[in-house]
Amino acid sequence: MSAVTRFLAVSDFLRSYLTVGIFAGVAIALVAGILGLGSLIRPTRPQASKYVNYESGVDPVGVGWSQAEIRYYIFALLFVLFDVEAVFIFPWATRLEAYGTFGAVEMGIFIGILALGLLYAWRKGVLRWL
Amino acid sequence: MTAASLLAADPLLAGKVDLAVVLIVALKAVIVLAFLLVATMLMIWFERKVHADMTNRIGPNQAGPFGILQSVADGVKVFFKEDLLPDRADRFVFRLAPFLSVVPAFLTFAVVPIGGNFSDADGGVIELFGHRTLLQLADPPIGVLLVLAMSSIAVYGVMLAGWSSGSKYPLLGSVRASAQMVSYEAALGLSTVTVVLVAGTLTTSGIVAAQHTWNWNLWATGIVPFVVFLIAATAELNRPPFDLVEAEQELVGGFHTEYSGVRFAMYYLAEFMNTVTMSAIIVTLFLGGPNGPVLVGPEWLWGIVWFFAKLMLLLFTFAWFRATLPRFRYDQLMDLGWKALIPLALGWLLLMIAIRVGSDEGWNPILVMVVGVAALAAGYALLVLAGRTARRNRELAGAHL
Repeated sequence: MSAVTRFLAVSDFLRSYLTVGIFAGVAIALVAGILGLGSLIRPTRPQASKYVNYESGVDPVGVGWSQAEIRYYIFALLFVLFDVEAVFIFPWATRLEAYGTFGAVEMGIFIGILALGLLYAWRKGVLRWL
Repeated sequence: MTAASLLAADPLLAGKVDLAVVLIVALKAVIVLAFLLVATMLMIWFERKVHADMTNRIGPNQAGPFGILQSVADGVKVFFKEDLLPDRADRFVFRLAPFLSVVPAFLTFAVVPIGGNFSDADGGVIELFGHRTLLQLADPPIGVLLVLAMSSIAVYGVMLAGWSSGSKYPLLGSVRASAQMVSYEAALGLSTVTVVLVAGTLTTSGIVAAQHTWNWNLWATGIVPFVVFLIAATAELNRPPFDLVEAEQELVGGFHTEYSGVRFAMYYLAEFMNTVTMSAIIVTLFLGGPNGPVLVGPEWLWGIVWFFAKLMLLLFTFAWFRATLPRFRYDQLMDLGWKALIPLALGWLLLMIAIRVGSDEGWNPILVMVVGVAALAAGYALLVLAGRTARRNRELAGAHL
């Protein structure tokens, strides 16, 4: 592969991301444009009671960011387990043929360990609601 | 590095880039944006009509023929509504959150191939103004990961909207939403791995090219990943029957309770746009994308026709779900995600790995299939047994609710 073709290959690689980047810019501009247009033509008639939080029609009690039992954080922790898994599985899945039996067994062990993690969480009862 | 070499390293300037290439990119971006906006408008109308029909109502029928302009009328109306920003809100995050919801919905669509003939070695490349191009905005080497990343970013839009409102219902709704979306994203990713495994590439165009000659991933991966993906996608989209995020009876409006006017419309837009995008992703990953028989006329037209036919089918399915299925309870939602979909997707992935590697190494395919299915069945039986024992123990302890 000559230096020129290698350079072109890299720039092709980057160009598709650049397109995504430009598209993101256009999308942001579109949302900003819609919101900006709205702020130009909508009416503004301030009234103190309009800016009170909605709490079924009565005055709000306490602050909105009051302490509450958050039983959801455990799911976020478990999700990290599977997200890390994805980092390894996706690149490996594209090269399945190259690694053959060895790769399959390695990945089987890896998935097995992660499944054990899920089973442990299950056994500890954190997946049970209430 | 000199300024000239820096300039030469600019990806857009490298290679033969002339006005036509830039124009093609710009044209494709504008087409995709316009298409998505119009499709979203039509999707809202379509869903309302289908839902109305299924519940024996008429639905929108005033604005335009068959009420098809109803979404336009709603959109115009919303511009003239006052925008309220609660006193207690975190003003910066409150304004930022709608962007985080809408922009990922757009970006995902950038990697979807909406046309092209994938039956030859070209892999969907068509001629446009003398230049060869794919009928998709961008084809990054990790297109599938981009899709997953964007659906992760969408979680921020919902979560920050609820948190920044400084109000109780939105906070509860957004915490629910993040737990739900994060849970089902694991199942979504695991069922996508099966597709990558079969296609052997992470580019969306490559995945579509691997599905020509009716070798759709729907059956190439054995239906199960498709079902898991469809269920997980419905949950990712917070669509019925997984719309606990905005369960009106419990949470008023959910995370967008405090939003009004155009900002609220942005969330409404993002929700339906995500439905369109996710349907397009399902078509790409499982239903062969623009692949289909060419009947009469130009080849490139039929790719687009088939893509839209499949897209409509999925959009109808989502509307059908909404009209028929009752909403899940939160514990049922979590049980389905963690105790059914994820183990199923993991087990199926292992089975697919065994079958693929077995066919490479020349193992007896029937033996691999029998042993694999037997192992899956044994695992399932063990889980059911464990669950039953746990329930009996709980009932004995008197802790059952």
